[in-house]
Amino acid sequence: MTTNWQSWLFWPDKPALSLLILVLILLPFMYASRVPVHGLIHSVARAAANGLRLTSRWLRAGAEELRARNKAMLLAHAEEEVGSRLEREFELAADSVRRDLQDFPAVGRKLKDAVTQIEEDFRLTGEVPPPPPEWVDAVESVSQMKSAGSEMLQGILEEIHKSVQKMHDKMVTEFRRAYENRHKLLRTMLPHWRAAEKLVGEAETKLLTLQKNAAAIDSQMLQYREIARRTDKAAKSQIHSSFVRFFVAGLVMLIALGGAFINFKLIALPMSEMVGASDYVTASLRTSEVAALVLIFVEASMGLFLLEALGITHLFPRISSMDDRMRCRMIWISLTLLIVLATIEASLALMRDLLIADKQALIRDLASSSVQAAQAGDKWLTTIPTAGQMILGFVLPFALAFVAIPLEAFVNSGRTVVGAGLVLLLRMLALFARLLATACRQLGRGLAMLYDVPISPFLLAENAIRGMRTNGAGAGRTAAAAPPVP
Amino acid sequence: MVSRKPLVRRLAAIGALALGLVACSTQDHSHAVYMLIDTSGTYAAEARRAQTIVNYLLGTLQPGDALAVAKVDSRSFSEKSIIAKATFDRRPSEANNQKRAFKTAIDNFVQGVRASAHTDITGGVIQAAEFLNETRAGNKTLLIFSDMQEELDKNTVRDFPIDLRGIRVVAINVVKLRTDNVDPRRYMGRLEWWERRVRDAGAIDWQVINDFDHLQRVVLR
Repeated sequence: MTTNWQSWLFWPDKPALSLLILVLILLPFMYASRVPVHGLIHSVARAAANGLRLTSRWLRAGAEELRARNKAMLLAHAEEEVGSRLEREFELAADSVRRDLQDFPAVGRKLKDAVTQIEEDFRLTGEVPPPPPEWVDAVESVSQMKSAGSEMLQGILEEIHKSVQKMHDKMVTEFRRAYENRHKLLRTMLPHWRAAEKLVGEAETKLLTLQKNAAAIDSQMLQYREIARRTDKAAKSQIHSSFVRFFVAGLVMLIALGGAFINFKLIALPMSEMVGASDYVTASLRTSEVAALVLIFVEASMGLFLLEALGITHLFPRISSMDDRMRCRMIWISLTLLIVLATIEASLALMRDLLIADKQALIRDLASSSVQAAQAGDKWLTTIPTAGQMILGFVLPFALAFVAIPLEAFVNSGRTVVGAGLVLLLRMLALFARLLATACRQLGRGLAMLYDVPISPFLLAENAIRGMRTNGAGAGRTAAAAPPVP
Repeated sequence: MVSRKPLVRRLAAIGALALGLVACSTQDHSHAVYMLIDTSGTYAAEARRAQTIVNYLLGTLQPGDALAVAKVDSRSFSEKSIIAKATFDRRPSEANNQKRAFKTAIDNFVQGVRASAHTDITGGVIQAAEFLNETRAGNKTLLIFSDMQEELDKNTVRDFPIDLRGIRVVAINVVKLRTDNVDPRRYMGRLEWWERRVRDAGAIDWQVINDFDHLQRVVLR
């Protein structure tokens, strides 16, 4: 029995010859319909190419629009963020000024007192003892007296000498005492100097802190101005930091996910004691496992609310905008719930240990010939893992509560990363559509050429005939245009 | 302002998904296993080996599953033939206690087993089908611990079609009789006859396990 395509053959046993004859019959028709077929091929290729070019343009425009929107959103977010950081820096600086500089008048007064005291002491140290009395002149007069051989004069002079010696000793003692007093005064100046030096040092430190705050404010302000000007540099810098934050937050969340997995393993088995071990939500997912997951999610949510109410994260504007009293209540409620859930988890961890021990005892019973009571091993050895599980069960919910911080960073930066990814995807699609459009156009041309290949003898003949006609007409025209021979 | 319509649609989709999940959960994943232990003639000596299988089942079955062990004697279509039965509690701790009690009952039975004169496997199979269908478990398995040689007394009538729809039937420890050794075709023929009978009764599967290393095929998870 011949197949369907073989029914087109003149001689089914000679397919090559039959096909050749068929092609030969078909060629004149192909030649005749060359122009409309070419037109059809070109119009189809053009339509496809134009459609693809339009698509490419539309995708590029979409990518540009998305990029602009992403940039606007990113910069608005960054402006808000840097603004709040700037606000915080200003608050810090204001606190510093209030705390440190409010003492400055007192410090100045103390310094002034110290300086006055130092000046006074210095003045006092500069005072010299009064000059010697007029007896110096008297001694000079006595020394000019003629004393040759006069015993009386000799006696007077000796008396004077004694008096002078006495006076001299007294003066030296006085002089020494005066110097001693001056040294004492200088010694009392020392603490005043030190106090003044300390006060100056403190003032310098406080001013340096202020200087640092001012530098930080300057840097933030510079960044803020850059963002406010909506420059590409600011946008690029923000995109870069968003990517870094996205990956870091993703990494931290992965770690938190590991913690959540351990938490899940810890409570999934004992949950079956509470909700039953034979109920399934899907073919392989037990209700107890879902309950354990729900418990973990509730704990994470409580942690999220707690951090939100504490003002650490800002994922829920409604909570951020609450008044302080309500926020305080929310803090206490979420903290209490978190503690209750952590306690439940610790109990579940204990129950898990008991269940595993019971299961092991059962397996031992089944393996042995008779049912025996579970043997108690070393109490310490069995208590350590139990205590460890209970501590883990209590601590993990609090650790998971902090996942709100990387979550916020992940969500905020994820918007930028996903936006950038979408822009890239749209641009790639646009490029692909453009390439496809060019390929379509080239394909149309190629198909038209391919169509001409089998009918090329006809085309050559046509060209030859057209050439002959053109030559004949040209010769006739030349002959007609030539001047008559006289 | 964001339109609320997409949100409502999204919520509706989530609700539909949740309903779908709940619909999935209506499928029962519990197992019900009924084990027949042949106590006729010399096969009664194999009861200790049956104990190993029961212990394996007790270790494998989960809370919420059901297990019954019955003996095959002269007339087995009776509740009196059931040695122990239990639907294990949903709580693992309570289920473990039930398993201990079950094991004790089986141990007592094995210690005092007496050989019966006849072997009414069909009666036991009908009784098992009744029990298994009553449990409404998702997976029903009938284990026949026997040489599959049925010997009825002349008053017992068992030559009628039986209903084993939705039940897996596993023959365990089908030992070869002395006559089988003489002509193995008898053994093959016996197994073929039972397979045909079980499959005609609508059983979803028929298996023979003689090697205890392959006990994991008894309860499919």
